[in-house]
Amino acid sequence: MRKTSTLERIRLLGRAGIDAVATLGRSTVFLLRALFGRSSAGNPLQLLIKQLYSVGVMSLAIIVVSGIFIGMVLSLQGFNILSDYGSEQAVGQMVALTLLRELGPVVTALLFAGRAGSALTAEIGNMKSTEQLSSLEMIGVDPLKYIVAPRLWAGFISMPLLAVIFSVVGIWGGAMVAIDWLGVYEGSFWANMQNSVSFREDVLNGVIKSIVFGFVVTWIAVFQGYDCEPTSEGISRATTKTVVYASLAVLGLDFILTALMFGDF
Amino acid sequence: MQNRTLEIGVGLFLLAGLLALLLLALRVSGLTVGSANDTYKIYAHFENIAGLTVRAKVTMAGVTIGKVTAIDLDRDSYTGRVTLSLDDSVDNLPVDSTASILTAGLLGEKYVGISVGGDEEVLVDGSTIYDTQSSLVLEDLIGKFLLNSVNKDEAK
Repeated sequence: MRKTSTLERIRLLGRAGIDAVATLGRSTVFLLRALFGRSSAGNPLQLLIKQLYSVGVMSLAIIVVSGIFIGMVLSLQGFNILSDYGSEQAVGQMVALTLLRELGPVVTALLFAGRAGSALTAEIGNMKSTEQLSSLEMIGVDPLKYIVAPRLWAGFISMPLLAVIFSVVGIWGGAMVAIDWLGVYEGSFWANMQNSVSFREDVLNGVIKSIVFGFVVTWIAVFQGYDCEPTSEGISRATTKTVVYASLAVLGLDFILTALMFGDF
Repeated sequence: MQNRTLEIGVGLFLLAGLLALLLLALRVSGLTVGSANDTYKIYAHFENIAGLTVRAKVTMAGVTIGKVTAIDLDRDSYTGRVTLSLDDSVDNLPVDSTASILTAGLLGEKYVGISVGGDEEVLVDGSTIYDTQSSLVLEDLIGKFLLNSVNKDEAK
C-alpha cells in the first residue's frame, strides 16, 4: 500500500514536469507561428493600429497617474532621508536613477500586466469559448495571424513607450514636489541629475528592461488566453494566471537583468 | 470616422513615447549631441584616489573641462592611475600643472581639480601629470590627530 502511494507520488511529479515542459513548448511554437507565419487576411497595419489603441493608448491614463504619484512620493521620502545629511539637492539624482533603472520598467510592467494583459487574456479566451477562433479557421483565416499577432506586436511596441512615459512623468512629479514644495534649488536639482545619469547605462538599460518585460508579459497574456479551457471558469482562471505569472516573471527577470547590467561581473 | 480618431490616438501615443525618450536623453541624462568627440587623454598618478569614481568631472577654476574615464592601479609604482579626458579646446595646460582630488561639500562627490603651472611646454594627448595631491581620507586625518594627542601626553 505504502509502496504504491510513493510510486503514485513520483508519477504525479513526473506528470507535472511533463505538463510544464509541454506547455513551454506549445507556447514557444505558438509564439513563433504567430510572429513569423504568413499573413492571410486583413490589412496587418490596420489590425495593429486597432490593437495599439486598446493596449497602449487605453493604458496611458493609469500609467501617467501612477507615474506622477510615485515620482512625488520618491521625492518626499528621498528629501526626508537626504536632509539628514544636508544633501537635499541630490534628491533629483535619486528620483531619476530609481525611476530609470528600476521603478519605471518594473511598475509599468506590473500595471501593464494588470491593465492590458488581463484584458488580452479575457478577450482571446472569450473568443475561444464562443468558438470565434474555430469559425475563423473554418473560413480559411488563420486566427494566429489575424487575432494573435497584432496583439503581440501591439504589446511589444506599447510597453517600452509606456515605461519611458512613466519615467518622464515620474521625474516631472518628483521635480514639482522637490522644487516648488520642498524648496530644493532648481539648478542644482537638474545639474545633479544630469551629472549622475548616463544615457547609455541608465536610460538605455531601462529601455532594454522594458522591452524584455513587454515581450514576456504580452506573450504570457496572449498564450494564456489562447490556451485556456473554453468555459467561463477557465477564462477566469486563465486571467488570474496571466496576472500572477506575468508579475512573477517580471520581478524574477528584473533581478537577473539588474545583476547582468549593474552587477559588475 | 471612428477609425480616424483611433489612428490619431495611436499617433499621439507613439509621438508621446518618442518625445519622452528624447526628454530623458536631453533633459535627464544631459546627453549633448556631437560634443563627445573632441577630447584628449592625459594621465595622473595619485597616491590615494579613495572615493573618486569613473565619470567624475574634471574642473579648472571651477569650470568643468572634462571627465574621468578610467581608474586603474599602476603596477610598478603602486599608485592609482587616473585617466582624464579633457576638452580639445583646453589645449594650453602647462606640463607642471597640479591635479588634486577634491570634494564638493562635506559629503559630496569627489572630482579632480587642475591648477595651472608655469611651464612653457603644454600637456598633449597621452602625457602624465606628476604633481598631484591625493584625496583627503578622513580616517588618516583622525589617525594623525590621535597620534598627535598621544605624543603630547607623553611629552608632559
